[in-house]
Amino acid sequence: MIDISLNQLEFQYPRSDFRLVIEQCSIPAGKKVAIVGPSGSGKTTLLNLLAGIHLPDKGQINLGDSLLCNMSDAERRNFRISQIGMVFQQFELVDYLTTMENILLPFAINQSLQQSAEIREYADSLAEQMGLGDKRKRLPSRLSQGEQQRVAICRALVTQPKLIFADEPTGNLDPRNKKKILDILFQVNQQQGQSLIVVTHDMQILNGFEQVIDFQDFTVDSNPKLESNDRLGGIAS
Amino acid sequence: MTWLKLVVRYLQYHKLKTSILIASIFMTAFLPITILILLSEFNEKIVSRAQTTPLVVGAKGSGLDLTLNALYFTTKRSETIPYATRNEIHKTGWARAIPLYAKFTARDFTIVGTTLDYFRYRNLKLASGTPLSRLGDCVVGSSVADKLNLQPGDQLLSDPDNVLDLGGQYPLKMLVRGILEPTSTPDDGAVFVDLKTAWVIEGLGHGHQNLEEEKDELKVEVRSDGTLQATAAVLPFMEITDANIDSFHFHGETGKFPVTAVIAVPPDQKSETLLMGYFEVADDGTQMVSPLGVITELMSLVFQVKKFFDLNAILIAISTAFLLLLVLILSQRLRQREMQTMFKLGCSRGTLFLLQSSEIAILFLFSSLLVAMAAGIVWFMAGNLVQSLLIGSHV
Repeated sequence: MIDISLNQLEFQYPRSDFRLVIEQCSIPAGKKVAIVGPSGSGKTTLLNLLAGIHLPDKGQINLGDSLLCNMSDAERRNFRISQIGMVFQQFELVDYLTTMENILLPFAINQSLQQSAEIREYADSLAEQMGLGDKRKRLPSRLSQGEQQRVAICRALVTQPKLIFADEPTGNLDPRNKKKILDILFQVNQQQGQSLIVVTHDMQILNGFEQVIDFQDFTVDSNPKLESNDRLGGIAS
Repeated sequence: MTWLKLVVRYLQYHKLKTSILIASIFMTAFLPITILILLSEFNEKIVSRAQTTPLVVGAKGSGLDLTLNALYFTTKRSETIPYATRNEIHKTGWARAIPLYAKFTARDFTIVGTTLDYFRYRNLKLASGTPLSRLGDCVVGSSVADKLNLQPGDQLLSDPDNVLDLGGQYPLKMLVRGILEPTSTPDDGAVFVDLKTAWVIEGLGHGHQNLEEEKDELKVEVRSDGTLQATAAVLPFMEITDANIDSFHFHGETGKFPVTAVIAVPPDQKSETLLMGYFEVADDGTQMVSPLGVITELMSLVFQVKKFFDLNAILIAISTAFLLLLVLILSQRLRQREMQTMFKLGCSRGTLFLLQSSEIAILFLFSSLLVAMAAGIVWFMAGNLVQSLLIGSHV
């Protein structure tokens, strides 16, 4: 399990007025956290910083014992692919790969992961659990949106990561599929104990989360068990 | 799944794009390679034939036409020299002289009237049958036998020179005596006859019924000196048989009979030089050419033309390269999100570059394989293709 903590974090895109400043924020391991806020407030940027895709201009990001800013580019990539499962709003499946090939994609694109018979078996069982058992050889174009997102979740889980980052995972889904996908994510969190960090602008789905980070108020709403002195903000200067 | 499988899956999924790119690369490379192979084979064949034919004597005019007639039995050349030229060369003692009369055809294959010396000179061996033994016999090259399905004992009719000229030469039905072994030279596509048989086809010799026994006055005229002359009503024999062979005779002096060329084979350089000097000063309407010199000149012209083809091929290759670049840039733009997703998942920029460059490498590899296979087929068939170009479409 991995605790996440951010201290005195500052980030600005090159040639952009947008600036993200987070004084202090911590997310205990195994929690379900929602990051909400209006478009352009920096939700996805925060997720990218946590995943090591972007590096902060200032401050520190601790993922467990690892200091993300001190890692090399390759170390961050290897950490990301092995420890973080990413789910995207547009599913981002590779259109020329079948369901199983999409699920196993992380093993094809990073040499630090080695595919084995056990891994293939695990991927197979994930597909089965997600109701994709009879669609293993289908291309994404022949899957429904709900099925595509389930494939994306399988891809995020196949490396057995300690963190799940989901960027608007229900944004493109109808209410029935939205509930189904959230149930799956919460179930994974409950069964396997991974931290689940979901970026969303859909207030209707916040009930199931243990912590909500709201970018609009620059405050952290948390349940009584969590610290309440976290401060973060997206400042357009 | 590996990165390589990922690349292959992409190429398989985009079949049309992949096929078009492979076809473009294939066509760009295949055309110049094919020209190179065929030209190299052409050069080798034409030069080797020229190398084995030291000198050729024929009527003044195009040296190339004369060379092609003597070496490849092309029948376009109509100029002839008298057979006496052959004897003249022989008498100098500076060369063996082999006469050729390649003017007529049989089922579109050139009939080559010559002497048995030609067979010895070209080292032509019989695959079946027997050599020429009498007037009206022919020995055919292996390709002629294959194409016309001829066996020793079969008959082959010469083509009439002009089907509308009813008073002209009549076709001669020749007896196939033998089939030559294949040589991969123009000899494979020739019908060889004795020189006299060629002259019979020409109409210089013929056989007909005995005029002294002829009672029909319409067929026989009595000249003022009392000799008999056949009228046009007497038809010549179209086939030479044991029964009528004695009736065949020639009108005129053999020395004045035509040949299209005489191959001269001097035993040494000195004889060759003397012979060339002899014909250099001769003012009898003949010329002597060295086929190797003529062919070398021809080939240097061909290679000059090839330079333009090479330049064209380079320009095509450059434009194809630009088109490929354009397609790849557009493709990369279309795949930006896919690449971004892979990067976000944990793929390095290096691996992304490897994925895309491998696609290009596979396209080039596959195209190269196809080019190699096609070039192999062309190389395998080049001999026959070039031979058919050199001696007509029959071989």
